[in-house]
Amino acid sequence: MLLIYCPYCEEERSELEFRHGGDAHIARPTNMADITDEEFQEFFFLRDNPKGLIFERWRHIHGCGRFFNAARDTVSDKFYMSYKAGQPKPDVPGVTSAAATNENTGGNAK
Amino acid sequence: MRKYSVFAVAREAMRGHKGWEAQWTSPEPRKEYDVIIVGGGGHGLGAAYYLAKEHGITNIAVIEKGWLGGGNTGRNTTIIRSNYLYDESMDIYEHSLKLWEGLSQDLNYNVMYSPRGVMMLSHNVHDKQSFQRHVHANRLYGIDNEWLTPQQAKDFVPVLDISASARYPINGAALQRRGGTARHDAVAWGYARAASDRGVHVIQNCEVKGIRRGPDGAVTGVETSKGFIGAKKVAVSASGHNSVILSMADVKLPLHSVPLQALVSEPMKPIFPCVVMSNSVHAYISQSDKGELVIGAGTDQYNSYSQTGGLQIITHTLDAICELFPMFRRVKMMRQWGGITDNTPDRSAIQGVTPVKNLFVNCGWGTGGFKATPGSAHLFAHLIAKGEPHRLAAGLTLDRFRTGRLIDEAAAAAVAH
Repeated sequence: MLLIYCPYCEEERSELEFRHGGDAHIARPTNMADITDEEFQEFFFLRDNPKGLIFERWRHIHGCGRFFNAARDTVSDKFYMSYKAGQPKPDVPGVTSAAATNENTGGNAK
Repeated sequence: MRKYSVFAVAREAMRGHKGWEAQWTSPEPRKEYDVIIVGGGGHGLGAAYYLAKEHGITNIAVIEKGWLGGGNTGRNTTIIRSNYLYDESMDIYEHSLKLWEGLSQDLNYNVMYSPRGVMMLSHNVHDKQSFQRHVHANRLYGIDNEWLTPQQAKDFVPVLDISASARYPINGAALQRRGGTARHDAVAWGYARAASDRGVHVIQNCEVKGIRRGPDGAVTGVETSKGFIGAKKVAVSASGHNSVILSMADVKLPLHSVPLQALVSEPMKPIFPCVVMSNSVHAYISQSDKGELVIGAGTDQYNSYSQTGGLQIITHTLDAICELFPMFRRVKMMRQWGGITDNTPDRSAIQGVTPVKNLFVNCGWGTGGFKATPGSAHLFAHLIAKGEPHRLAAGLTLDRFRTGRLIDEAAAAAVAH
């Protein structure tokens, strides 16, 4: 079970108090009626599903009830940090995202 | 390949079992293959076998990062059934179930398919309406599924608590008698042996690190820990790691990977005659031929590749098991593990072409891929050989997330697959 730091309550609480909210930093298009099916698919369904660093939403559903974001490693399940909703995607010191790692391996001709 | 038979057993018994040969060969990779399959689980090995057997393509390599049977093929609770709601699902799972019925003979390998029945417990009015809808849909489609009263359910599984005072009262059950279990790692071994016999290269301990593409964007091969291997076609069937592999070709999938846990008890004498699933309280259970209770728990709520899972998930399932079957309260659990499942938004699999030429994907089997193994492998082989999906898998294409033609088993099957 995870221990999760809620940036609003400012303390670590058990995972049982939280509900996972999917990937963070996915902006809903403001012109939803105008976008193409491809753009809707990209926004609504397609995900990086990274092995490594992920930015995700959590909701402290049995606490303050608020959404916040967290950076976590999906292999060790270790949290790097959590931060309030609306804040920009932070840099995680010493960690590059899985997508960036792929670009650096060289063997993957694009 | 020497055929396995009662005569082979007798012959080897006479000469000290010195004549058994390796079940599959472990060759060094060639420079190039017609088809490379990424992922040596049941689906990938099976696809190689059916490509060789039915499509005449034998210049194939199956590349596996770990060892055969070390991934989800060896980590599931081995439940086989086809009582899904929608036509697209019934097509593929029933195709699979029919292949299960003859698989041991086809492969000359005992996969221990045991049609002992799969019973799904109903606890409330919603369950009852939903399961009866499944029963009717299945029977209209020619798939066996029947409705049982609580007493009929107890007659089938005598250890079930159907009393009115039970914590999770039972108001009926759906039973698919042809459903059951099979020996999971034997499925991987049987397919590997039969494929290897037809010239397929099974390459273990070889990790795919990149997908190489030519100037026209088409796939030309894969970078691996054993160097570059060329391929005319690359087919990915890597369960929880499909997103990771496909990202090497810049293909984004509608998947999220989560751990699914299972556990087994100490062995006991035969007490449990079938598979029982309860979607509402999330527990499923059967008894292996060794006597262990095989118990399936739920998934964690967050993305993870950790092959473990939260303790609260399995205690939740064991709470339910102890209420449904009070006699198991003192049974000790021996082992627990997790497998990484790749889940789609509609909880139905994806099998189809990708935006990259000659790159195929078989993914999104989520928490229910084992039962689909022969059917999925058979139809995936068709896709790889012909370049377009088989009629029975026509609904599972990747572009349904663009067109909106989803197969919404998520709601239809509650949680359990």
